[in-house]
Amino acid sequence: MSQLGSYALLLALALSAYSFIGGLAALVWPGPQSERLGETARRAGIAVFGVVFLAALVLVVAAFADDFSIAYIFHHSNRDLPAPYKFATLWSGQEGSLLFWSLLLSSYGLVLRLRHKTDTRLFAYASVIIAAVQVFFLLLLNFAAHPFAVMRGSLPDDGNGLNPLLQYPEMVIHPPMLYLGYVGFTIPFAFALGALIMKYPGEKWIHITRRWTMVTWAFLTCGIFLGAHWAYSVLGWGGYWGWDPVENASFMPWLTGTAFLHSVMMQEKRGMLKVWNMWLIFATFGLSIFGTFLTRSGVVSSVHAFAQSSIGDWFVGFLLLILVVCTYFYVVNSKHLRSEHRLESLVSRESSFLFNNLLFMLFCFTVLWGTLFPILSEWVQDKKVTVGPPFYNKVTIPVTLLLLLLTAVGPLLAWRKTSLESLKRNFLWPSLGALAVGVAMVAFGVRPWTDISYLYALMAGMLATLVALTVISEFIRGGRVIARHTGQSLLPSMLHLWHRNTRRYGGYIVHFGVAIVVIGILGTPFNQDAEKEMGYGDKMSLGPYALVCRSYTQEDNPNYGNEWAIIDVFRGGKQITTMYPERRFYKASQQTQTVPRIHATVREDLFLVKDLYLVYEGVNPDTGRPIIKAHLNPMVPWIWIGALVMIFGTITALFPNAAPVRVTAAARVPEPATVGAGD
Amino acid sequence: MFPTRRPASIALIVLIALLTIGAGDDARFNQLGHKLMCVCGCNQVLLECNHVGCAYSDRMRRELAASVDRAESDDLTLQSFVQKYGPTVLIAPTSSGFNRVAWVVPYLALALGVIWLVLLVRNWNHRIQPASNSGSQAPDMLDTFRRQARKETEL
Repeated sequence: MSQLGSYALLLALALSAYSFIGGLAALVWPGPQSERLGETARRAGIAVFGVVFLAALVLVVAAFADDFSIAYIFHHSNRDLPAPYKFATLWSGQEGSLLFWSLLLSSYGLVLRLRHKTDTRLFAYASVIIAAVQVFFLLLLNFAAHPFAVMRGSLPDDGNGLNPLLQYPEMVIHPPMLYLGYVGFTIPFAFALGALIMKYPGEKWIHITRRWTMVTWAFLTCGIFLGAHWAYSVLGWGGYWGWDPVENASFMPWLTGTAFLHSVMMQEKRGMLKVWNMWLIFATFGLSIFGTFLTRSGVVSSVHAFAQSSIGDWFVGFLLLILVVCTYFYVVNSKHLRSEHRLESLVSRESSFLFNNLLFMLFCFTVLWGTLFPILSEWVQDKKVTVGPPFYNKVTIPVTLLLLLLTAVGPLLAWRKTSLESLKRNFLWPSLGALAVGVAMVAFGVRPWTDISYLYALMAGMLATLVALTVISEFIRGGRVIARHTGQSLLPSMLHLWHRNTRRYGGYIVHFGVAIVVIGILGTPFNQDAEKEMGYGDKMSLGPYALVCRSYTQEDNPNYGNEWAIIDVFRGGKQITTMYPERRFYKASQQTQTVPRIHATVREDLFLVKDLYLVYEGVNPDTGRPIIKAHLNPMVPWIWIGALVMIFGTITALFPNAAPVRVTAAARVPEPATVGAGD
Repeated sequence: MFPTRRPASIALIVLIALLTIGAGDDARFNQLGHKLMCVCGCNQVLLECNHVGCAYSDRMRRELAASVDRAESDDLTLQSFVQKYGPTVLIAPTSSGFNRVAWVVPYLALALGVIWLVLLVRNWNHRIQPASNSGSQAPDMLDTFRRQARKETEL
């Protein structure tokens, strides 16, 4: 079986190399012969998908067949591993995840090459660039991180098993989502570089890649939030984001990708920021590769860096190559990227995008700087330092608040110029609503003058409200205009409005989701926790809750043995739930793992929902009684709801626009778009 | 009247003082424990490392509690941890020596970003005749093409 996989990888490398060299030759030496050569290169690129898919299939089948003659399967699986995790073996180690990278890239390449008739020449350039990236990953797979390497000596009876941290349902979808995001940025990168090389006239390449970029962004968003939810549900420290280098690695391309999604509108609408957009997408792709390098090379220590080896040098070389190629073509063809318009007013949509991009870049740079500073410190002063949450929070919290303000104001600004009167008119009610929320927060005990974290929470609450209310008011205002002309009620009119400009109103829904996520995060300063050794009937208090240990016990199954406690939760003397915090010992890997239990108090608290989060920390060896740690995390469930809204908004933005409402000349009135003017 | 009241008052004052001292120590322990990392490799803040039986965190917590009980200053406590476990035990770089660079550079980047923005806007506004990427086509014409392209590629 391993031989089949190895040959498939070699064949994939040969096909990719042909797709790259043949495609490149066809572009460099145009002519009747080269057209046929280009077509064969395109077909070779399509065939790469089939061959890489075969290689991935062989690895998955080997995992299900417990083929421990393959070293990768021995190290990442075992006989008693449940079926979904055997499937997840494909991306749970370094070699497998690189194969998965390659598979996803070939899938994106397949779709792109099948749709080549949209613009044959531009797609040919993009296809060659994708083939070049594919060659790099297949070189790695064949010569540096071979997933089908065989075990030497006698065959082991059982494998080492999957890392217990990865034995969680979300792990079956989190890495694919993240990888779809990382890999997906190769497509806009390939189109951008292709457009630069061929001095592509106009912005058609941006229109072609818009949906690719949005889909990729949605995958990455989904992957990041799934990762945060996994960390919250599995790592057992009661938090969801720790500014770990690998978390940062996924966050950086998201930040530049988000900046690109905004600034690209300036190029589409006004022909501005062409150089900036080009470099933004180059940087996003570079950061995706950099993220894979951070995860896989072992240059930084991280709880998430599941596989580390010496392939870092390959990635450094590839990153340098990307930089050199991009810089060369930029220098040669930079005149092609001159801006067509000037900035007419600081109170305009253009300026809001400029500030938005500046803040996103500052955010990204801070994260990059914090991630790399330990390496720099070791290099300069020969000692490593830790760069933890206090560093990141100092810069990123104020930047996030400013970004929220722009998210609220930006959609109300028109392209070119906005009158202050219209801004005041549209901003009045949302501002009053935000102020009311601020007053309510102070009335409920948030004292911004006692601690800066409370001040941040207050500002985040007010700004998130402002964003939410401006989005709602935009929908209502536009819906009313439609309702006036169609005679429909408000809700169908709002749906009609969204369908007329899905991109704009889908974007608003994403903004609304961001506001909800921020509301979820602002509860952090109010977290509480308690820890206690709990025997039968022992009680621990936390906030309004009383936790009573009913019992504790042990169990055993082929995959793991576990200890768990039964904790009854009371509030106001009334039992609201029973929770079962657990600790497992995985037999194959000989590792322990906490399994926290979380109860969201939706029924009791409605909007001010909290997470009651229990961790079975272990047993006191002297008394034999379990030690339970309890966290009370206000508002956290809103983070996951907000993430869903963001994904929903992105999906809605992908729908094609419907035809505009037909209005008779006599009834025609100014469109609602005068408020926000465009998407 | 006084003899009966006095011991009760003194007891109350002592009780409040003890509670306050205890609360202060807890707050300091909590505050300092969130400035330190567990060094077992879990990459967690010391007080958030949840590994019972962790070779480091229990011992480090005991050492921190002892230091707080001895009423040592924050600096002295943190310094003793640095000497024992190395500089990576601190959750963030100090604001002295080369480590100061870590804190300064993001603000420097902000300043450079603002300068870039100002220069960009000035560059746009000082360009009398906007450049066009095809030489003879005016911006309005390009806007028309742009709308056309958007229409054609609406997938």
